[in-house]
Amino acid sequence: MTLRAAQLLFAAIALTIAGTAPTLAQGFEEQFDTYFGHATGWFVNIIFYSFDIGGISIPWIVGWLVIGATIFTIYFGFIQFRMVSHAIALVKGDYSDPNDAGEVSHFQALATALSGTVGLGNIAGVAVAVGIGGPGATFWMIVAGLLGMASKFTECTLGVKYRNEYEDGTVSGGPMYYMTKGFAERGLPGGKFLGIMFAIFCILGSWGGGNMFQSNQAHAQIANVMGSFGIESFPGWITGLIFAVIVFLVIIGGLKSIAQVTEKVVPFMGILYVGTAVVIILMNYDMIGTAFSQIFAGAFTETGIVGGAIGALIQGFRRAAFSNEAGVGSAAIAHSAVRTKEPVTEGFVSLLEPFIDTVVICTMTALVIIITGQLVSDPETGLFVLNEAGDAIKTVDGSSGVELTSAAFSSNFSWFRYLLVIAVVLFAFSTMISWSYYGLKAWTYLFGEGQTKEIIYKLLFCFFAFLGATIQLGSVLDFSDAAIFAMAIPNIIALYCLLPIVRKDMNSYISRLRSGEIKKFV
Amino acid sequence: MSRKIIVGFDGSPASQRALDFAITRAKAQGDGIVIAHILEWSPYSFLTPEELAERHKRRKNELERAEKAILAPMVARVEEQGVPVTTALKYGHIAETLVQIAKTEDAAMIMIGRMGHSGLSSRIFGSVAGTLAQVAPVPVTIVP
Repeated sequence: MTLRAAQLLFAAIALTIAGTAPTLAQGFEEQFDTYFGHATGWFVNIIFYSFDIGGISIPWIVGWLVIGATIFTIYFGFIQFRMVSHAIALVKGDYSDPNDAGEVSHFQALATALSGTVGLGNIAGVAVAVGIGGPGATFWMIVAGLLGMASKFTECTLGVKYRNEYEDGTVSGGPMYYMTKGFAERGLPGGKFLGIMFAIFCILGSWGGGNMFQSNQAHAQIANVMGSFGIESFPGWITGLIFAVIVFLVIIGGLKSIAQVTEKVVPFMGILYVGTAVVIILMNYDMIGTAFSQIFAGAFTETGIVGGAIGALIQGFRRAAFSNEAGVGSAAIAHSAVRTKEPVTEGFVSLLEPFIDTVVICTMTALVIIITGQLVSDPETGLFVLNEAGDAIKTVDGSSGVELTSAAFSSNFSWFRYLLVIAVVLFAFSTMISWSYYGLKAWTYLFGEGQTKEIIYKLLFCFFAFLGATIQLGSVLDFSDAAIFAMAIPNIIALYCLLPIVRKDMNSYISRLRSGEIKKFV
Repeated sequence: MSRKIIVGFDGSPASQRALDFAITRAKAQGDGIVIAHILEWSPYSFLTPEELAERHKRRKNELERAEKAILAPMVARVEEQGVPVTTALKYGHIAETLVQIAKTEDAAMIMIGRMGHSGLSSRIFGSVAGTLAQVAPVPVTIVP
């Protein structure tokens, strides 16, 4: 089976290489881009449709996610603040039965879900937010992160509660299962329809934002570093081929060791990243006060950025939503494998995820950019100066996105730009591995379990990993981003419909915890 | 008073010798034996999403395999000698779990085979024997 799969993959790759041969490539790529843009543009336009309020465009999907998160926060009585210490106790294993040792622990489910979300959003996305929205965007990013904790709580509780457990002991869970089973339980119509809609978006998102976008951005970073060593225009198909082969070995070849190494290195990189940020912040300790006053001032007052305080709010909300995926439904798939008799405990654990991802890691990136003085302001008026295009704040060396983060970190440690490349590549890879699993679960939900069916999905996944680094198609990348956010439409509708179930479980658990019926094992 | 000897057993020649030693002691003193097999496991390790989904299945397989291939033949061997025997099969940190078993079984002593790790590796990773010597609630015998 594996051998045949390998032959198929290499045939596919060979075809693509032939198809993208330099002479033909240009024309083909452009044609394809136009065609693909025509075919999918309407979809991208719907998902990212923006309202224009006072010259600032607000994508409705960002509002959809933030309003959902706010409603969940109020409905569950600020659960994300009430249960944080209990969530930490759960992760530490205080409430785990020692006889269940060897099963998936709360810590493992959280760590795996985190390695799927921590990535480019935390490094590049934040730089975009701060670059356009100014320091004030940081404030709104934190607010959105805190609200998003309630969305994660809701979706992950449901993910565990309605997962499928098969006879052989494996589990499948996620929004498509709580849509089907949860709706049936409440006697609501349309669960199957939402489930199918979610699964389709999830598959497209797994090939796009969770795959092509990752290998594309990782290649951009690699090419950039190669450029600084004098290798101009490092070809994308090399990066793409390496990514495709490694992903192939892991998800089809069953070579667990690569994935295991990544899973071990990624948390380490995350800690190193935050650690370096803390050191840089401490080295510039005299600027900490100024940075925070800039963050608060920018959140509520005019600081010269595009759109003023509202512009900061939009940028902050947008990047937080893009980074922690709260409300998208992907985390519900990752968290559903945990071994617990109380689904709501996994909900509590999962609410730590947006906190670590957005409130801690994203804020660190923002603070380093602000504290190292990357943003240029007018010394007389104190307002930020816009760049020539007038769409973002002028930066010291004119960089934006991941380059801005790199410049900020390198201002104190010049070696950091190389470390950042390794981090970006590893984060991209671990995100791809996670999304290959999310997409597969959606695929088997639609087409049923079975080795051949799974191999087809996985081969296509490898192919898109290759394609993502090879082509620079705006329309494809737009579409892949849109597909991930499209998942939030059926998911949040389902969450609204199933809220009473979560509240019943939550209240029952909390009262048993208070009465001492649920005890620590240690 | 019940007197039980916990034998930390991993199937290695050293642990076989520890078990043989325990059998002679048990016969002489009328003790019982608990054969303990620990599967090394940390709840803080990192797994891929696929491993998470398969964990429960794998755990079941691992336990079955350990029961059949490692513990069952040893139980037969001890019973042949007319010594009362039970087993303990657990996941966890090896030394800590042995201590836990010794406590719950109210054991008289723990016996393990010498692993023969020398110098550097045991300095970095610590050794089961070294940890047991420091934390065990009952006497520990290390059989070379």
